[in-house]
Amino acid sequence: MAIDRHELWGNLGMDLETHDVLCSVLPQAFGDVYLSQENRPEGMAFWDMVVADVHGIRPQELVDEQAKGRKVFGTFCTYVPDEVVIAADGIVTGLCGGSQFWVPEGEKYLPADMCPLIKASLGARMGKTCPFFRIVDQIVGETTCDGKKKMYEIMAEDVPMYIMNLPNMKRPQDVAAFADEIALFKANVEEVTGNEITVEKLAEAIKVINERRKALARVYETRKNSDVIPISGTDALLMMQIAFFDDPVRCAQMANKLADELEQRLVDGVSVFPAGTKRILLTGTPLAIPNWKLHHIIETSGAAIVCEENCTGTKFFTNLVDESQTTLEGMYQALAERYMKINCACFTPNKTRIDEVLALAKEYKVDGVINTNLKFCTTFKTEAPALEKALEEAGIPVLDIETDYTDNDAEQLRTRIGAFVEMLSE
Amino acid sequence: MRIGIDIGSTAAKAAALEGDELVCTLVVPTGFNGVDAAMRLADGLRAQGIDPTACDANVVATGYGRISVPYAGKTVTEITCHGRGATYLFGGNGTIIDVGGQDTKVIQLQDGKVKKFVMNDKCAAGTGKFLEVIADRMGVTQEELATLAAAGEPTQISSMCTVFAESEVISLIGKGEPRENIANGVIESVITKVASLAGNLVQGDVFLTGGLCDNDYVLERLSSHLGKPVCTDPNARYAGAIGAALSI
Repeated sequence: MAIDRHELWGNLGMDLETHDVLCSVLPQAFGDVYLSQENRPEGMAFWDMVVADVHGIRPQELVDEQAKGRKVFGTFCTYVPDEVVIAADGIVTGLCGGSQFWVPEGEKYLPADMCPLIKASLGARMGKTCPFFRIVDQIVGETTCDGKKKMYEIMAEDVPMYIMNLPNMKRPQDVAAFADEIALFKANVEEVTGNEITVEKLAEAIKVINERRKALARVYETRKNSDVIPISGTDALLMMQIAFFDDPVRCAQMANKLADELEQRLVDGVSVFPAGTKRILLTGTPLAIPNWKLHHIIETSGAAIVCEENCTGTKFFTNLVDESQTTLEGMYQALAERYMKINCACFTPNKTRIDEVLALAKEYKVDGVINTNLKFCTTFKTEAPALEKALEEAGIPVLDIETDYTDNDAEQLRTRIGAFVEMLSE
Repeated sequence: MRIGIDIGSTAAKAAALEGDELVCTLVVPTGFNGVDAAMRLADGLRAQGIDPTACDANVVATGYGRISVPYAGKTVTEITCHGRGATYLFGGNGTIIDVGGQDTKVIQLQDGKVKKFVMNDKCAAGTGKFLEVIADRMGVTQEELATLAAAGEPTQISSMCTVFAESEVISLIGKGEPRENIANGVIESVITKVASLAGNLVQGDVFLTGGLCDNDYVLERLSSHLGKPVCTDPNARYAGAIGAALSI
């Protein structure tokens, strides 16, 4: 790491000593998982650079922008419409905690039998060991799962929180209710930023975020090729994880640049895996940075991940917002319609997720599906058998994995995943 | 000569096949060191005139310590190996339940191939480790534990967790509960957990492999929980090693 960021972190009121411990383990983890891969696309250099200085490069940008008067909104969820914040010249940054490092701190406030993403997120804020959690002017939560809802109540005692009410069903009246919720969020964003959101500004922001979606989708599109796998799942995951934190315009540029290279790789027949490598679709709970555990185990066990159906995957970019609306109300409805198409297990019923996984399995020509849930994620765990049954009926082998952020089940996972790959090869 | 080495968490097994005939089986405790267990198996095989380190020997390693066998040419996971070993012993269709030292696996076999499997989490409940810990606490061997259990009255051990179950056993001992009854509760706890893991995966005939396979009481209780007879074979504890030999 070239630049010493201690002054930045000190100014943010971080616990420098504990944070140094985190900084000392990340390069090793990144090196083991990422730099050991062969023939990586050159376009990954951008994300390698960002992750090499993950608590420095982007946080410094955010602080610089704040000095100019811009406001930073932290979010946890793909249901929060970035468009509204962008329209008010605000900045959105993802916040989800993906490391075991933050879990013990979170357990000081939360029950141990809660999902590690929730515990790590609260732990990162309370332990003062993540700059993004220090920088944000306001955190935007949402009523997705019960665990997050209750965690937000605790977090709200420490930092300004705004909670969006996300309906848990998808009837027309629920979509309309979410449109109303977006209108309320617009008022909140105007108040925090001091900037008015006009029809023109929201229309422009919708275009910006749609461009990001299209660029990320272009990268994914290249992974559908049945002969050439131009990028590892591990690399694609990194792009997705950082997409949550990055400026949306730059994110789209970088993803488009990567897509150019990957499309050329398809023409030239450049694959990062040997011919015949088993193709896996990974579905389930989100994989927040730096959670690379399953990708690493799967892709070093003789298989390749060609699609992630989760919040750090297709859920983030699938479906565009209708750009033809000319009134704010029309745009709220268009936004609500797009966001309510995301198939999270916090909805009931959620059969559309099963349909989507089946469709993606076909599109990406996968040999098998690995369905994973973070330990204690009750909603995803409960719908796992229904998903499994549907996949089996479609003749697609499936493996269910429940795991957390620790590494102590790595060998058991290696056995199960290895056996699954052997099963696909027979 | 095809040789399979199965380094489990508790026991290390070897099986040698001449053609398709099982000519030799061996078992040693794994102890603290997988490599050492692999070398002791090699010594044991040599004593029977089979040298696994000779250049013409074909050796495949499996099990938890499969990477610790210096003389193996390749490794295959224990799930695939148990499937192949069970196919050899029982035919290629049905359900295999393997209660190992730290893993319990349920494997659905169809035409000699693994169709579906589940494995316990990293928790020791429902594995041999649970029996080992409790048998140690009661000062008996696992075989004695089963013999005691067969003579005991049903006794509730409500904790799934091995550590909590151990304290539960200690309080039962403190209350003067007969050893037979405690043993009965302990075996029942393991079988209940294994049967729930097997859940709706059970299809066709059911076969038990692994270290508990020669335990009649375990077979009887498992049959009762699953509602169908559970069969086994004297060589079933070598299923993984046999499957490894067949993976050459």
